[in-house]
Amino acid sequence: MTSSIPIASVIPASAGEGATVELLGVVKSYGAHRALSSIDLAIRPGEFVALLGPSGCGKTTALRALSGLELVDGGRILIDGRDVASVPTNKRDIGMVFQSYSLFPHMTAIENVEFGLRMRRVAAGERRDRAAEALNMVGLASFAERFAHQLSGGQQQRVALARALVTRPRVLLLDEPLSALDAKVRVQLRDEIRRIQTELGITTVFVTHDQEEALAVADRVAVMRDGVIEQIGTPEELYATPSTPFVADFVGLSNRMPAELVGGKVVAHGLSMDLLGDPLPDGPVTAWVRPEDVAIASDGVPARVVSSSFLGSLRRTQVALADGSLVSIQHDVDVRPQPGERTFLRLKGAPVIAVPRAH
Amino acid sequence: MSAASRLGTEPNRVTRAVILGVVGGIFAIPIIAMIQFTFRDGLAGGYTVTHWTGLIGEDAARTYRILFQAIGNSVVLAIVTVAIVLLILLPTMILVHLQFPKLKRVLEFICIVPITVPAIVLVVGLAPVYAIVVRLFGSGAWTLAFAYGITVLPYAYRAIQSNLDAVPVVILSEAARSLGANWPTVLRLVLLPNLRRGVLAAAFIAVAVVLGEFTIASILNRTNLQTALLQVSQSDPYVAAIFALLALALVFGLLLLIGRLGAPRNRRTE
Repeated sequence: MTSSIPIASVIPASAGEGATVELLGVVKSYGAHRALSSIDLAIRPGEFVALLGPSGCGKTTALRALSGLELVDGGRILIDGRDVASVPTNKRDIGMVFQSYSLFPHMTAIENVEFGLRMRRVAAGERRDRAAEALNMVGLASFAERFAHQLSGGQQQRVALARALVTRPRVLLLDEPLSALDAKVRVQLRDEIRRIQTELGITTVFVTHDQEEALAVADRVAVMRDGVIEQIGTPEELYATPSTPFVADFVGLSNRMPAELVGGKVVAHGLSMDLLGDPLPDGPVTAWVRPEDVAIASDGVPARVVSSSFLGSLRRTQVALADGSLVSIQHDVDVRPQPGERTFLRLKGAPVIAVPRAH
Repeated sequence: MSAASRLGTEPNRVTRAVILGVVGGIFAIPIIAMIQFTFRDGLAGGYTVTHWTGLIGEDAARTYRILFQAIGNSVVLAIVTVAIVLLILLPTMILVHLQFPKLKRVLEFICIVPITVPAIVLVVGLAPVYAIVVRLFGSGAWTLAFAYGITVLPYAYRAIQSNLDAVPVVILSEAARSLGANWPTVLRLVLLPNLRRGVLAAAFIAVAVVLGEFTIASILNRTNLQTALLQVSQSDPYVAAIFALLALALVFGLLLLIGRLGAPRNRRTE
């Protein structure tokens, strides 16, 4: 259902000139619980930033603070340099798509899309034309007269996206808009959101708990935990050089391996690897090693195959070492280890992150 | 065939007909008896339409002045009571639902309490209050609406609350605000159209309760439809029965109207 309508005709005003968004020392508490502990985040015009983290990490609170649906306890929220922290939601000029279906049930799809234009007192004729174009942009031109209950979940979220974009907002906020959809529709709509965002050049903040989703669409990803941003960087940076064990665990898969830190190098299974992040004193450490940084080999550390799963373009095999610890290995599909088989593993020596381990 | 009937939990046609017949009979028999009574020709037996035609005669307005005045009072009472429900209860419920969800249980408790208090007890408590009401607002029959506003609370609350629970009010209002709507616009263009059924049900139930109320009006010495019917029935039971029937028909009509007007637009257009 992917459409290829030239979007510039729908929303020309802001194309290629999204707003800057800055959160400076933003604090928000619910009673004794601190949902946001002094968040700092600067988003460039037209940038697509994902806020990623487990439930309760503060990512949705940060987005709602940006939208004005939650008032913050402290700090500044700047859109294009103007502090909007005390500006009500309806005057912030944002577009928002919610996690749950939020189409107005008593209006048709096109009336839903027209709503924001109506609030801006756009004349009826122009309103209708722009709403129709926006529906066209999300590939739902022929569904204009349908009510929400006559649309599938994916279609409802597309209409919600058209509704959020038709007013040419300065910032687009997406609060887990894909989480209620089934896997296939989710990937389709995810790619479409990215396509539309790139063409419009609208500054976008996308909240998700799904790391694959965040890595797939965002220019930069901010990994959040307990109300703070643990690390912000491009998907490649987060994956290759996580700054904390939490980020290493949350973004992609990692094996935790016992290792020794010797002269600033991490030594595990006889192989010396560079340490990522801040230097540590020598001694026992736990190292985080990606499954693709481990290989099945003809010699090395002896292991026994526990299980092996086919994942389409690659295969992931779990092996047990002599001490009973389990290691995941990612490798080509044409290598097919059988459960119970004796094998060997070898580390490839990519830089790793490590933390001191008690003796 | 629905899952329920496959499991045998849905009654079959015969059972349904029997239940409908018995329940329908319980309601229909007194009404049919009333209709039949209004056509009876005194103790002599036989039937006549004079009781009905007497109402449209020239003297009727004078003879049944109290009844027509009472109908006027009851209509005013119904309007004021509905206004109380729509202007005080509805905004309060929406506000609690959106902004103070922790107060939901408190509000529910307050609204349900009147159903547990017998009208006679309520009046005993209201009598001294009405001494003040009379001083402030005079002794017009419409002031009874303050008391009726309380007695209809449980019914109106239930009607509105079930609608509020069925509509994702919070998310719809957040979506509307993100699109640039201020609170009054959110209420007018987004919430009320989706709460129409509950609001209409609350309003019509309030009308039905007000038209059927006797105890409070009687003890506080106000004239409403029911007190007037009792008074008239002592001199002319036929006319009292006719007016009771008409009031019943009016309420019945109102309830049918809920079904019509309350049906959401997106279902009607299917």
